Amino acid sequence: MNHTLSDIQVMTKRNLVKFVRIPQLIIFSTIQPVMMLLLFTYVFGGAIKTGTDEYINYLLPGILVQTVLFGAMMTGIGLVDDLSRGMIDRFRSLPMARSAVLAGRTITDLIRNLFTVGLMTVVGLLIGFRIDHGIFNFLSAVALITLFGFAFSWVSAAIGLAVKTPETAQVAGFIWVFPLAFGSSIFVPVEGMSSVIGTFAEYNPITYTVDTVRALTLGLPVGNNIWFSLAWIFGIMIIFVPLAINRYRAIS
Amino acid sequence: MSNHPLISYVEEARWRGMSNKQILDSLISAGWQVHDLTNVFLDHIEIFHEPITTESKENIVTVRNISKIYNKTIKALDNISLDVKRGSVTALLGPNGAGKTTLVRILATLLTPEHGSARVAGFDIIRDAQKLRSVIGLAGQYAAVDESLTGRENLEMVGRLYHLSALSARQRAEELLQQFDLDDAGDRILKTYSGGMRRRLDLAASLVVRPQILFLDEPTTGLDPRGRFALWHVIRELVKDGTTVLLTTQYMEEADQLANKIFVIDRGSIIAQGTADELKKQVGGDVLELHVADRSFINEAVGVITQFGNEVPHINEDTNIITMAVTGGTSVLVDVVRKFDVANIKINDIVLRRPSLDDVFLTLTGHTAE
Repeated sequence: MNHTLSDIQVMTKRNLVKFVRIPQLIIFSTIQPVMMLLLFTYVFGGAIKTGTDEYINYLLPGILVQTVLFGAMMTGIGLVDDLSRGMIDRFRSLPMARSAVLAGRTITDLIRNLFTVGLMTVVGLLIGFRIDHGIFNFLSAVALITLFGFAFSWVSAAIGLAVKTPETAQVAGFIWVFPLAFGSSIFVPVEGMSSVIGTFAEYNPITYTVDTVRALTLGLPVGNNIWFSLAWIFGIMIIFVPLAINRYRAIS
Repeated sequence: MSNHPLISYVEEARWRGMSNKQILDSLISAGWQVHDLTNVFLDHIEIFHEPITTESKENIVTVRNISKIYNKTIKALDNISLDVKRGSVTALLGPNGAGKTTLVRILATLLTPEHGSARVAGFDIIRDAQKLRSVIGLAGQYAAVDESLTGRENLEMVGRLYHLSALSARQRAEELLQQFDLDDAGDRILKTYSGGMRRRLDLAASLVVRPQILFLDEPTTGLDPRGRFALWHVIRELVKDGTTVLLTTQYMEEADQLANKIFVIDRGSIIAQGTADELKKQVGGDVLELHVADRSFINEAVGVITQFGNEVPHINEDTNIITMAVTGGTSVLVDVVRKFDVANIKINDIVLRRPSLDDVFLTLTGHTAE
């Protein structure tokens, strides 16, 4: 058990060093959500009726969740990259804990997500986002967002280990991330959507999570959304953590 | 079940070189009932798979009847058995796809075989996989080192994953950087390393814990001749220090240069084994190699030389080179040249040479290794 923790620590450190040494990895994965944020705030925002005073206050919680969701795709890509470079072979031939490669990778992505969420919040604050309803509410929101991203990192890990090449992992990632992200309340209220999409969006784990985060930052009642969000998060982990571990064990 | 007192007794007795019959007799004379024994033996049938001989103690690797099947149909390994002596350099020689890498990956616990058993350094490759991993080193076909870390960081990371303390990992990294002539480059990120430097670092990483056996999977594939020569030198130095090496290669010259025992593998089976010299003897005598001036001479030339050898000549139609094993020494050369002259067969070159391992492979399989 002692060794397991130290193995995870070694793996996490190794992955984090990569982000520091190749800052493009973080810069590019941050530029995209920043562009989305600016695009929706200044181009589409005026045309979207959300019921909130300023669109940015509606949008930013959604963009934060979207950021960690897209960030989760990096988990699979990173693993497949290690796989194709023979690093996973090296790790599998060492007496290290079998779980440390996956845990190290998902924890790294959790830390990275925390960093990008912080960065996005700063950008949001610069263009008018306000944390008016208590820092505790905001930190709870951030905790939920990163937990959400952590759960999807495992989905991404399972998919990445199934497809086995970095390019396919990237494409395969978009296939599930895109409909999830846009068929949700990230950018617009679900009420305005057509009936089929609207129903999809209503039960979408992203909608529950975004609505909870939004309620926390806007000072509205969170209602049952938080429970549905947590149920999704843990449900996803119950299925995808063992799935990813199985995939990892089946590598040959 | 595996800690049944009988099992450890039997395993130990086998280790001492007793046959199954002797073990049974000794157990019965010690008062065990035959039917108790049968039950235990049926539950642990794998340890009776094949008698391990007295050589066990000097063999660091014993492979028994291993088969590996991919996708339920492709037999990568077909009932392979072999032993590797402690302190030796053993080469698995064969073309791409012969199964050498599969065997090394099985012995290094990266793959599980469908049939058979193997012990490495006294550990069963399946039951004791985790313990085994702490006494082996593996350097792969692709230098498995982390691009964005420095050489030193790579070695320290591997040391930490072998569960050395931070201090020991740092010291060992320093030693290895010096040993592999990487101390100047140790604090540079690997992106700046040459192919040869990466291979050396990969090799260093596989030696972090001074493994009892080092698996080298095609250690010099993709290196230029200079890099290859330098790596051979490093491997020879390791062997001098007593490391047992099991390497795979598709280069005859490499096996010839490094190994004291060679297993020739083709299509998942061992087709020959022995020292380089023993294998060369299998060709019998010398090899006549001639390069005809034009493709049109091939048939005539073959007709002439067939009289001098016992085997069918091998013809490479792309290069117009014909090779054949011959006995009878240099007089063959004179006779052949004379007959060619009479028949007006033009040749660019003709040599009589000691057989290379390529010739061995050709003799054994009817096709070349590369």
